[in-house]
Amino acid sequence: MKKNVYAAGLLLAGIFLLGGCGKKEPEEYLTVFNYGEYMDPEVLEQFTEETGIGIKYEEALTPEELYAKYSSGAISYDLVCSADYMIQRMIQEGEAQKVDFSSMEYAGNIGDRFWEFSQAFDPQNEYALPYFYGTIGILYDTTKVDAPIDSWGVLFNGSYKNDIIMQNSQRDTFMITLKYLGYSLNTSDEGELREALDLLIRQKPDVQAYLVDEARDEVVAGNAAMAVVYSGEAYLGHEYNENLAYVVPKEGSNVWIDSWIVTRKCENLEAASKFLDFLCREDIATKNFEYIYYSTPNEAVIANMDEELRNDPAITPTEEDMENCEVCTQTDEDVVNLYNELWKELKAD
Amino acid sequence: MKRKYLSTPYIIWVIGFTILPLVTIAASAFTDNDDAFTWGNILAILEPINRQALLFSLAIAFGCTLICILLAYPAALVLKSFRLKRKGFTIFLLVLPMWMNFILRILAWQMILSKNGILNFLLGKVGIAPLALSNTWIALMIGMVYDFLPYMILPIFNAISDIDEDLIEAARDLGADSGTVFRKVIFPLSMPGMLSGIVMVFVPAMTSFVIADILGGGKLQLIGNIIEQEFVKSMNWHLGAGLSISLMLLVIVGLAFTLRNDMEERGTTIW
Repeated sequence: MKKNVYAAGLLLAGIFLLGGCGKKEPEEYLTVFNYGEYMDPEVLEQFTEETGIGIKYEEALTPEELYAKYSSGAISYDLVCSADYMIQRMIQEGEAQKVDFSSMEYAGNIGDRFWEFSQAFDPQNEYALPYFYGTIGILYDTTKVDAPIDSWGVLFNGSYKNDIIMQNSQRDTFMITLKYLGYSLNTSDEGELREALDLLIRQKPDVQAYLVDEARDEVVAGNAAMAVVYSGEAYLGHEYNENLAYVVPKEGSNVWIDSWIVTRKCENLEAASKFLDFLCREDIATKNFEYIYYSTPNEAVIANMDEELRNDPAITPTEEDMENCEVCTQTDEDVVNLYNELWKELKAD
Repeated sequence: MKRKYLSTPYIIWVIGFTILPLVTIAASAFTDNDDAFTWGNILAILEPINRQALLFSLAIAFGCTLICILLAYPAALVLKSFRLKRKGFTIFLLVLPMWMNFILRILAWQMILSKNGILNFLLGKVGIAPLALSNTWIALMIGMVYDFLPYMILPIFNAISDIDEDLIEAARDLGADSGTVFRKVIFPLSMPGMLSGIVMVFVPAMTSFVIADILGGGKLQLIGNIIEQEFVKSMNWHLGAGLSISLMLLVIVGLAFTLRNDMEERGTTIW
C-alpha cells in the first residue's frame, strides 16, 4: 500500500514537471471552489485541454468553512459549489450571478424534478445548477428485522429496543419525526415541533445512541439493527455488508442538493458557463459520479448506469421515494433558537 | 535585573493564551446579540435544563474523583514499597498511555464496551450474559476514571515518597502500630498530594464533554456538552461564554473553600 502511495506521488510529481515544460500557459483562468474529494481531478485537466481555460481549484471541508473563506475575500472565486441552505444564503445576499441554463448544450441532462427541488431555494432556476444530491433514510440489517422496512414508524413503535441509532443533529432528527407526524420539515410552528419533541423523548429509551459519522459503522458491525443515515453513507455500508438495505420511508424525508453558482465577482461569465455545461456532459458527469458515488441528477448518467446501481435506492431513489421529500430551507433565527432549546430538552431527559 | 528578560516569553504566553481569551469570553458573556449589557447569560446556569446538567456533571465528577482516590492511594503505597528500579519502571508504565492521544484511548473504550465489543465477547467465552454498558453513565465513568487516574496516582505518590522515613521510624519507636502510623503520619503528610490530585481530576471531569460524547452515545448531557452545543451548533457564543464563566466561578469558589484551610496550615500552594 505504502509503496503505491510513493509511486503515485512520484508519478504526480513527474506529470507536474513535464506539464510545466511542455504546455503553454492558459490565458484565461477560472477559480473554482468546491468541497474536498468532490470532483475527479482528471475532469479539471480535461477541461483545460479542451477549452484552453485554466482552473485554479480551491477546497473546503464544510459549507460553513466554505462560506467563511468566500466572504473573507482573500481569493476571488468565480464558481462555488455548496449545500442547498448555503446556496440559498448566498443567493439572498446577492452573491450569485444569473446564468442562462437554457442556452447550455448539456444542462438539459439534469432531470426536471431536480430543477423543481432547486426551486425551494432558487425559485426561478436562475442561479443554481444541481451537482449531486442525496436523501436521508434508514439503513438496516435485513437479518435483524421481521419484515422489510418502509416507514419511519419502526423507529417509534418500540419494537426495536436499544437497537436504533439516530442522527446526532437537530435538524435531521426532528425532520424524521415531523415527517412521521405528517408535518412539513420546514415548519416553524412551535406546537408541531413540541409534538415532535414529545415523540422523541418517548423514543429515547429505545435509542442506543445519537451518532453522526459512526452511525453506519454500528450497523455494519452488528451493534444495532438500524440507523438513520445519509444515502451516501448507506451506499458505502452496503459495500461492507451485503445484508444491509437502505430505504427512504414512504412518509418522505429530507433531500439535499449540492449546487453550483457563479459568483457576483466572476468577470468571465462565458468561461464559467462553459465549465458548468462541461460538468453536465454525460462522460464528465459519469466520471464524477464514479469518483464520488452520491446520487447524480444527470439523467444521461442514470440511463447508462449499471443495473445494480440504478436499482439501489441509496444511489438512485425512485420518483416514488422522492415524492414526499422536501429540501430544507428553514433559516429563520427564532426557529433556530427554538430548535436549540428543544434539542437540549431532549438530551436532558 | 537582567534576568527579567527571561520571563518575557511567559508574559506573552500568559497574556495571549490566558488573559486575552478570558477577557474575550467575559466580553461575550456579559453582552447579548445586540451587544447590550446583560446578566442573563451568567444566570442561565440556573435554568432547569442547565441546572440539571450541572448537577449531573457534579455527581459524575465527584464519583470519578472518589473512585480515583480509592484506586490511586493503595497504588501509591505499593509503589512506595518498590525498589528504585522497579519503581521507575512502574511509573513509566503508568505514564505510558498518556503518550497517546486521549481521544483515541476513549475510542478504544467505545470498542471494548460496545454491544458486540471485546468485553462482551470475553464474558461470552466464560458463559456470562453480555452487559449493556455502552452509552450509559457507567461507561462514561469508566472512561473518565481510566483517563484521569494517572493524575491522581502521581501527586499522591510524590507526596508519599517525600515523607521522611525517620518520621515513620520515630512513630514506631514511640509505640505506634502500623494503623496509627498510617493515620497519624502517612495520611496527613500525603494530603497536599491528594489535594492536588483532586484538583487535577475533579476540574477536568467537571468540565469535559468529549468523553460523554463518545462513551455516552449522545444521550448524556454534561454541562460541558451544553456549552459545546452553544458554541459549535447553536452559534450562541454569548450564552456559551456566560455558562463557561458561571462554571469557572463555581469551580474556583468551590475549590477555594475546600482547599483554603489546608493550604494555610501547610503553606503549600496547589494551583
